[in-house]
Amino acid sequence: MSTAQSNIVLDITGVNKSFGGLQALSDINLQIEEGKTHAIIGPNGAGKSTLLNTCIGLLKADSGTINFGGNDLTHGFQPHDINQMGISRVFQTPQIFPDLTILQNVMIPAFAKRDGAFKLNLFKSLRDEKEIEAEALHLLEDLAMADQRFNNAGSLSRGNKRRLELAMCLIQHPKLLLLDEPTAGMARHDTNQTIDLLIKIKESGMTKVIIEHDMHVVFSLADKISVLAQGAIIAEGEPDEIKGHPKVREAYLGSAEV
Amino acid sequence: MEAVLLQVLNGLDKGGAYALIALGLTLVFGTLGVVNFAHGALFMLGAFVAVSVQKILTISSKVRDESVTFFEAYKETPYLEIWWGDTGRAIIDYSVPISLLIAIPIMLLIGLLMERGLIKYFYKREHADQILVTFGLAIVIQEIIKANFGANPIPQAAPEIVAGSADIGSLFGFEGIVYPWWRMMYLLFSLSIIGGVFAFLHFTTFGMVVRAGMHDRETVGLLGINIQRRFTIVFGIAAVVAGLAGVMYTPILPPDYHMGMDFLVLSFVVVVVGGMGSLGGAVAAGFLLGILQSFSSMTEVKAVIPGIDQIIIYLIAVVILLFRPRGLLGKD
Amino acid sequence: MKSIVLSTKKRDYTTLLVFAVIVFTAPLWGKIIGAGYPDLLQKFAIFGLFAIGYNILFGLTGYLSFGHAAFLGVGSYVTVWSFKLLTMNAIPAVLLAIVFSGVFALLIGFLSLRRSGIYFSILTLAFAQMSYNLAYSVLTPITNGETGLRVLTSDPRVVDTALGYTIEGSPLATLFGTTLTGYPGFYFCAVVLVLGFWLSLKIFRSPFGMKLVAIKTNQTRMEYTGFNHRPYLLCAFVISGMYAGLAGGLLAVVDPLAGAERMQWTASGEVVLMTILGGVGTLFGPIIGAATIKYFENIFSGIGDTALAEIFSFLPDAVSNLLITIISPFVGSGWHLTLGILFMLIIIFLPGGMSQGFQKIADKIKQKNKKSSTSEVKLEKDGIA
Repeated sequence: MSTAQSNIVLDITGVNKSFGGLQALSDINLQIEEGKTHAIIGPNGAGKSTLLNTCIGLLKADSGTINFGGNDLTHGFQPHDINQMGISRVFQTPQIFPDLTILQNVMIPAFAKRDGAFKLNLFKSLRDEKEIEAEALHLLEDLAMADQRFNNAGSLSRGNKRRLELAMCLIQHPKLLLLDEPTAGMARHDTNQTIDLLIKIKESGMTKVIIEHDMHVVFSLADKISVLAQGAIIAEGEPDEIKGHPKVREAYLGSAEV
Repeated sequence: MEAVLLQVLNGLDKGGAYALIALGLTLVFGTLGVVNFAHGALFMLGAFVAVSVQKILTISSKVRDESVTFFEAYKETPYLEIWWGDTGRAIIDYSVPISLLIAIPIMLLIGLLMERGLIKYFYKREHADQILVTFGLAIVIQEIIKANFGANPIPQAAPEIVAGSADIGSLFGFEGIVYPWWRMMYLLFSLSIIGGVFAFLHFTTFGMVVRAGMHDRETVGLLGINIQRRFTIVFGIAAVVAGLAGVMYTPILPPDYHMGMDFLVLSFVVVVVGGMGSLGGAVAAGFLLGILQSFSSMTEVKAVIPGIDQIIIYLIAVVILLFRPRGLLGKD
Repeated sequence: MKSIVLSTKKRDYTTLLVFAVIVFTAPLWGKIIGAGYPDLLQKFAIFGLFAIGYNILFGLTGYLSFGHAAFLGVGSYVTVWSFKLLTMNAIPAVLLAIVFSGVFALLIGFLSLRRSGIYFSILTLAFAQMSYNLAYSVLTPITNGETGLRVLTSDPRVVDTALGYTIEGSPLATLFGTTLTGYPGFYFCAVVLVLGFWLSLKIFRSPFGMKLVAIKTNQTRMEYTGFNHRPYLLCAFVISGMYAGLAGGLLAVVDPLAGAERMQWTASGEVVLMTILGGVGTLFGPIIGAATIKYFENIFSGIGDTALAEIFSFLPDAVSNLLITIISPFVGSGWHLTLGILFMLIIIFLPGGMSQGFQKIADKIKQKNKKSSTSEVKLEKDGIA
């Protein structure tokens, strides 16, 4: 697939955002291509999370446009609106339903995909939702979690919670998957497992934006990397280009955080 | 104009009581993170300290009534009067102010016992559990009071010197603004307590640590300061404030066992309107709602909207929630 | 807490059947425990229904409402008005009670659910108190204030009049000719209770029920999963409000009067206690809690000092007097004190209620007979939800 032919899923042009007097994002231009894994890296405090929250409309941008599937996301949206447009999100700390079973955890997002933001199905039994159950089970088999499907999700290890959370996003077949530091706070073993899983997802051709400061993770996954420093994108390109980019070295070496 | 001024004045003392209770609720919520449904019971306990003090001071003996000559009549005369004559009578007359002094150590003790004995086990529990356990405690306290003092209101008298009303209007050239002295005392009292609490929080090291803790408990904890003990003392202070507010209120409203819950519900609404966690908001909303309630009980207003005085506070709460969910002075 | 348990269709029907049998045979087993009279059994059924409905809100979503007594009161008033204006037939009366309390719950729920957590609890408490104030004073033309609303022989009852029914003596609710007092009254409530239980079972097993539990567990994830949590909560609130209205309606059916005290916050607190005592978020817990409280209320509040003296008359006078002094504050009119203490003890020591207690005991027994229970596990895994 060559760059020229591919479609832009998320198109961010000229976005600015400030908190009080502090310019958090300045003139951000970013195009996320379909089927690509786009990593945003940068030292701590570079504005990565602000960028993520702004580009999906959770934080209202001061100026600029964000086009996602014909919707301008610069108007504030509720999280569920954003999800219903086709953006799923993985959090720094895994967000799952600890009191429900693993199978139920994966089934719930499928209901959101099928039924929309609200549906009052009082008299339907969960037992009759065979299709959704089968799909959820299939996903869990892929993750080798099918045996545990009747266990409470709260009992899982952190690494497995992350994998469950990913499964909850994948069952929605999102147009865009956002990953906010998916390996933050994980042991090496869990990190490697997560990377394997993400590579597997990548092969399925899903569009992803990944925010990360672990270089190992970024270079194993990304097709394209944007480097954010002090609220501005200072470099953009394929992993090899970024590795040798002088500005990137400067930004990282100049910062004590790496 | 005179009527309006009079209603403002009438609302201020009730507003003062709301503000004092709401202040304690906010302090406890801000520091300990606990929603205390038994806070109204503390207000009520304060009022019953006054009742008890009056009862003790007026323990009486039956003596021959000399004024009745044609048969043997007896009357109850308090021992204090028998022993000390006029001095004794004066002490009885001042039973409410005396109760204030006695209530301070008692309420402090009750507050500390409550926090150490029950509340501290609920810091880590869900808010729902905190609400429910303090709700249960409120019922228990209320029922104990009911069992010992009966279900009927017990009137208390203010000292005779302030029992009357002041024609304060004449001082400013208005006519017909007559305001009971005791209500004026209540207003001054609540203002000075509120001022005292704010001064304590702003000008003492202790207060500064407490405020920092309200803002960010973890960071203060990391500094190696034992924030927990300070919070316990804050709970005690809130209990004293509520108790004193109760003592002072007895000449205005004869206390009964369910006055605590009545005031608690309204004070919660006050806190929501003011903005949970905002001390200034609690005080401002307390006075504001007190005054509005007073206005709505004017016959002219009730003629237009019957029963508005019963629901005005709740209506305000609804409007605030619809248009400013975080309250008047609350932060997000 | 597994609010939505793994269960098969067959097991659900068995559950419903067993429940129905227990309810309908209540007059028989009630005798054994000394509760074999219709007034008390009616209360079991009515407050059981109230608690089942309350559990759909509090048990599934975790939203703690302190205002459900208001809906109970609305249900009672509407029912009495239906008796006054339309007919003494109970069916239209309770249907109207459900509709009106539902609308009322929609209004209050819409406003209260603008906030969550403690704010929500405080708001529901405030609205209930407002309703109580209104019923007590301002709305006297509708509620008859302090005295309470009664059905009078002279009321118009247009439907009954049109059909040519007349009333002799004091007006009582009927069901096509049968007077709904005593045991007929109980059986009417029992049928409604079984229907209410069945609906609650359906909700527990539905995607809707599962989503409510998901909201309780992690509201953030629910939003990012694409669900708008507010309408779900509002539906749960309205459904539980309708249950409360129905319960209030039944109270007026078995005894045709309605008073403001039914709306007081103590009544709201009582349903919370029933639900917690039995086990929040469980199917049976709320009913068990309601029956337990009404049972002990009946026993405790009936004991006066003279009754106590009789109970302890076999003991030496000094001992008996001491016991009476210790116990008497907790019985008779002191029942509420006992209730408050019970409330605190449950929350402090057993927040999962009696169900949690039973579960703990059952788990211990299960561990002992682990080998014999494998077949049961297989059955559970046949159905997923």
